[in-house]
Amino acid sequence: MFLYGVKRLIQGIVTVWFIATATFFAMHGVPGDPLMNDKAVQPEIRANLEARYGLDKPLAQQYWIYLKNMASGDFGISFTQQNREVNDIIREHFKVSATLGILAIVFAAFGGILWGALTALYRNRMPDIVIMFLVILGISVPGFVFAALGQLSVVEINDWLGFTLFPVAGWGTVQHMIVPSMVLGLGTMAFLTRLMRSSMLEIANSDFIRTARAKGLPVTRILRKHQLRNAILPVITVLGPSIAAITTGGFVVELVFAIPGLGRYFVQAVQQSDYTVIMGTTVFYGAFLVFMVIVVDVIYGLVDPRVRLE
Amino acid sequence: MSDIAEAPSPNVPEGAAGTGLDIRSLGQILYLGGIGVAALGALLWLLAQWNEGGAGEAVDASTGTITLSLGGEPPQLDSTRGTDAVSFNILGHTMEGLLRYDPDNRLEAGVAERWEKTGDTMVTFHLRPNARWSNGEPVTAHDFVFSWRKVLDPANASEYAFILYGLKNAEAINNGTMPVESLEVHALDDRTLEVHLERPVPYFDKLVAFATYNPISEAFYESREGRYAADAEDLLYNGPFTISSWVHGASIRLEKNPHYWDADNIRLNAIDYAYFTTDPNATINLFKDNKTALAGLVAENLDDALQRRWKIKRFSDGAVFFMEFNHREDRLTRNYHLRKAIQAVNDSPELVYRIIKLPGNLPGASLFPVWLKGVDGYFRQEYPLTDPLPDDELGRRHLATAMAELALSEPPTLVMLIGDSPTAKKQAEYYQNLYKQKLGIDIRIDAQIFKQRLAKMTAGDFDIVMAGWGPDYDDPMTFADLFASWNENNRGRFNNPELDEAVNVARSSSDPETRMDAMARVQQILFDEAAIVVNYERGSVYVSHPRLKGIVRRAVGTDPDYTRAWIE
Amino acid sequence: MAEGTLSWERVQVEREVETVSRPSLSYWQDAWIRLKANRRALFSLFLVIALLAFTVLGPFVWTVDPAAQDLDQISVPPGADRTATVADDYAPWRGVTATPIEGDGGPVAPATVTVDGHPTTHSVRLYWDPVPGAGGYRVYRNILDPEPDGALGLPIAEILSPANVSFEDRLDLKALTYFYSVVALDDGGQESPSYTTVTADVTRVITAAEAVEKGLVEDASDLSPGDTVKMAFHPLGTDYLGRDMLARLMHGARVSLFIGIVAPFFFVIIGILYGSAAGFMGGRPDQVLMRFADFVVALPFLLFMILLRILFNVESGDSGIGPMLVAMVLLSWPAAARLVRGQILQIREEGYIGASRLLGAKTNYLILRHMIPNTMGVILVTLTFAVPSAIFTEAFLSFIGMGVAPPTPSWGSMCNEGLKTMLTTPHELIAPAAFISITVLAFNLLGDGLRDALDARMRATE
Repeated sequence: MFLYGVKRLIQGIVTVWFIATATFFAMHGVPGDPLMNDKAVQPEIRANLEARYGLDKPLAQQYWIYLKNMASGDFGISFTQQNREVNDIIREHFKVSATLGILAIVFAAFGGILWGALTALYRNRMPDIVIMFLVILGISVPGFVFAALGQLSVVEINDWLGFTLFPVAGWGTVQHMIVPSMVLGLGTMAFLTRLMRSSMLEIANSDFIRTARAKGLPVTRILRKHQLRNAILPVITVLGPSIAAITTGGFVVELVFAIPGLGRYFVQAVQQSDYTVIMGTTVFYGAFLVFMVIVVDVIYGLVDPRVRLE
Repeated sequence: MSDIAEAPSPNVPEGAAGTGLDIRSLGQILYLGGIGVAALGALLWLLAQWNEGGAGEAVDASTGTITLSLGGEPPQLDSTRGTDAVSFNILGHTMEGLLRYDPDNRLEAGVAERWEKTGDTMVTFHLRPNARWSNGEPVTAHDFVFSWRKVLDPANASEYAFILYGLKNAEAINNGTMPVESLEVHALDDRTLEVHLERPVPYFDKLVAFATYNPISEAFYESREGRYAADAEDLLYNGPFTISSWVHGASIRLEKNPHYWDADNIRLNAIDYAYFTTDPNATINLFKDNKTALAGLVAENLDDALQRRWKIKRFSDGAVFFMEFNHREDRLTRNYHLRKAIQAVNDSPELVYRIIKLPGNLPGASLFPVWLKGVDGYFRQEYPLTDPLPDDELGRRHLATAMAELALSEPPTLVMLIGDSPTAKKQAEYYQNLYKQKLGIDIRIDAQIFKQRLAKMTAGDFDIVMAGWGPDYDDPMTFADLFASWNENNRGRFNNPELDEAVNVARSSSDPETRMDAMARVQQILFDEAAIVVNYERGSVYVSHPRLKGIVRRAVGTDPDYTRAWIE
Repeated sequence: MAEGTLSWERVQVEREVETVSRPSLSYWQDAWIRLKANRRALFSLFLVIALLAFTVLGPFVWTVDPAAQDLDQISVPPGADRTATVADDYAPWRGVTATPIEGDGGPVAPATVTVDGHPTTHSVRLYWDPVPGAGGYRVYRNILDPEPDGALGLPIAEILSPANVSFEDRLDLKALTYFYSVVALDDGGQESPSYTTVTADVTRVITAAEAVEKGLVEDASDLSPGDTVKMAFHPLGTDYLGRDMLARLMHGARVSLFIGIVAPFFFVIIGILYGSAAGFMGGRPDQVLMRFADFVVALPFLLFMILLRILFNVESGDSGIGPMLVAMVLLSWPAAARLVRGQILQIREEGYIGASRLLGAKTNYLILRHMIPNTMGVILVTLTFAVPSAIFTEAFLSFIGMGVAPPTPSWGSMCNEGLKTMLTTPHELIAPAAFISITVLAFNLLGDGLRDALDARMRATE
């Protein structure tokens, strides 16, 4: 078990190295010049700027320095925010993105399980049809449309109420978090509802439920102890991959709701060719996802005896 | 459920799902749901503790606080190295130079209480005794000498160093050929600053109001050990406000500076830039929700704004947008008649009135926008430029000549380099259609992100580039030298000795009339040679909270300026 | 299984030894029967075919040029009034000047404001009585009555000289009633508290030359000022540059569906080649190949999509479809490769392969007869489910401004544009968003149906 963990960890580190290398060379292949600005500068000033960012050295040496710095967890200084270290930027903004992501996934899982169970109970009746129609909408409408509509409806609701129920944009308090995370979780919630519904129905037809009923167990107990518990398993399994989808899907929600998250920052950095921030963010996200997968795998191994870890 | 025929399975009893639906099952699910909601609430509360932020209403009269949105995190608050509008806006509220602009856009005394010129190349500034830093120490003439040397120090790599080139030896210092100590700016004592100029600079007083000329306390700068301006506590302020908190990437809060010499006339207690966003919809929605006190409008929101019966105001942000031709040797656009053809069919009123659709923007004709001052009144009223109506016939004649000269059998294909903003794309699509229809010229749009567009502009990798220029100081000179042959920002490499000559006259003569005559020559040459085609002068409309008064919008200097604003 | 008649039957052998009641069905016949039984899947299959027809055949039926700009009909919703009156060509207006009058006290409102001539969508011309002591004027325009709260509307002009007492409005005029208010300014630019309002009923006009240019009439001499003509018909309205929405949706479909279908197609092909190579070779090469695939999977998808999108720099005039396609294929193939490899490894161990081999089947036969048909199902399902996510990716990139380059339309970029005008002209958002949703839905349902039909093991219970 321990050996397995160590092995996966080493694999993870190699993967992160690969991501870092791919990012470095992709970034240096990008045309354009991060040091350029609105006003043209003298060649002497330019040389000084290049020296400040180490861009005057040969590529191989830059790569080596980059790897060395990264190994010690230093991503350098931002090109646009010249006083800020990329580490600080990532730390400050990732906190926000992570909050948004966690909430969204919790909303999605919670809603998905609840609606899925309800639709299964009301199969082919009105609640099922209505919820499944909404689910289809949730799966097929692009996220940015939801985000824009979400913000618009918040404005209208506040207007109608005469006070601010939910803020239309910004970040910091509980009220700020609710609408964006629901919008972000919507697609996943729809997907999970479908999954939960079919999983519930499948379990309902399985032998052990039949046995339980034959034994004369109370309906609520069957539902709670057997059906729900087993139906949730496949939902939990897909939560892992959903985390990745949600962290990156956060871009749109962060842009629309003016949330100071890492996704929005990354898009801005790309538009500004801010090399260090782009590289730092990509490597950080890559490493984050890689290690999340490892952690999830290891936890599965611990929790579910059927999963064998080699 | 293994049998195929059962896949859509209509024959399972309705709603039974094996357990039989009863109210108890539903109750179970709702009960579990209730527990889930409670858990969610707890999680939300926990996460809220982990994050910071949150802001009040747009205008809070009891605390004298206003809440606003800002275009983004200020990238550089070190005044010697800042280059962008957001940073200059924060600096404008928290710092003060020798001179500054009053609410009516006239120069007034800042840190200097008076100043006098000796001859054409020497200015002496007398600093006020009560000008203080936010730690209570006086602002001295040495602080200016230190910061100006810093700007020119090649190691500091200031991109705005050129704005100090009027100072004696400044350019040589910046090029590294002279030591920084040779700058002919001297602190005669703590309160007297003697400035020697390289050549007569008739608009030097206006330059001094620019943020790059701000003072920096040397002792404080050194004490921060390279972290100067990195955070709120890494700055020393001498302006009306100080930064009281700075959550990077999320918010900046300014509070009234009690040490400011004119603190009695500052009526706001705090300015809370609680939202960083450039998204126009988010900005307006925040305003609608009474969360921010000012919002710019875009053409798409005008009808909504009218329905809400808002009081809409307009202003000009001073910038001029134009199409710059590439005049390099190997380019088709070097051909005079080709440029003239494009100029002849250009219809800036149509662009402004049908495509941009936002009041405040003006159809462009001249590189010199209408708000610039001339000898006595407005430059453009004193030196009007006749801009003829679009003439398709004339355009086609010019094109025929151009094709003959260039030995082309059909109208050429030209590359138009643009930025990646939606506005730029929209305008480029409009021009693409216009030139195709009127002249048969194919335009290939090359939309690039900011730095890539700059790289291509510098390399001359375009035929036409959509560009804009905003003023740095309140003198036509800030526009006039843009197309001088030596200017690095002349990306199309337009080279005209007459224009160079006129620019030289305009920048060194001390007689206003001679200067403005020279500027007018620049204006005429650019039009006659079709060096550029001016599209529009940018302006905008905005709405502000009805109780917030005294906001100043201006083309040059801090904009929007809340320093003298108050809550009614 | 009434559909059994579809299949072929064995050549009758003389002696009827045994009759197996169920006729033999090929894999695909069987799948088709199952698909046909699934009403939703069948419906979605028709939807997909309809979408493809819309994309491919649409432009032949609706031949309007998607790039043609009808600047007289910008952002017009479907079903709007199209009549326009023929008017003379636009001629510039000199305006009205007056000698400034000295005055004491603050300036008041102009005594009268007059609309000069007939207000049209070309221009509305106003002039007013000079106000004593005025330093300039500001003109406002509203679509609502400024009374009772004095909401004057848009500050449409700022006149900085007291000598000029006229203004010509040409800003985005529509066939509406406008309320123009004129306010005098003092020398410091401060507004006087009172204003004078005048209304102008604007009629939509078109010049004869424009009518000919737009193909509304054959000959300019057929028209005389005052005639009415019908402007061009746009069934789904127009966009922000007056371009026909229907035509743009059709051409946008080419981009969106092209990326949506071709990108998955390519990465699945690469995935098949790579995955089957790894699966067949096994051992060390398999390890190395799959480790590399793992690396690529680990790259954060959207971040790298954006990175690659700028790395494969879109050149001038290029639509940017190519770079987006390449980026998507580069990042997406490993998932397909893993899947195929897994399938191959699994099938290799199946009993029937062993049996077939025992019967003397050659490798080629094994691949063609068993491997491919048995993996095809999974691959087809993967392909179908990959389409919606590819379409979403394109839309997302367009939303953050890194999609296709102008003037190429795509559904994603049309949505992005439409979002801005969501409140005033919702049709610009609804149409492309609906197309994206329908396409995504159709492919999702089709994928479900295919999965049920092709692969019993992956079937969902519903």
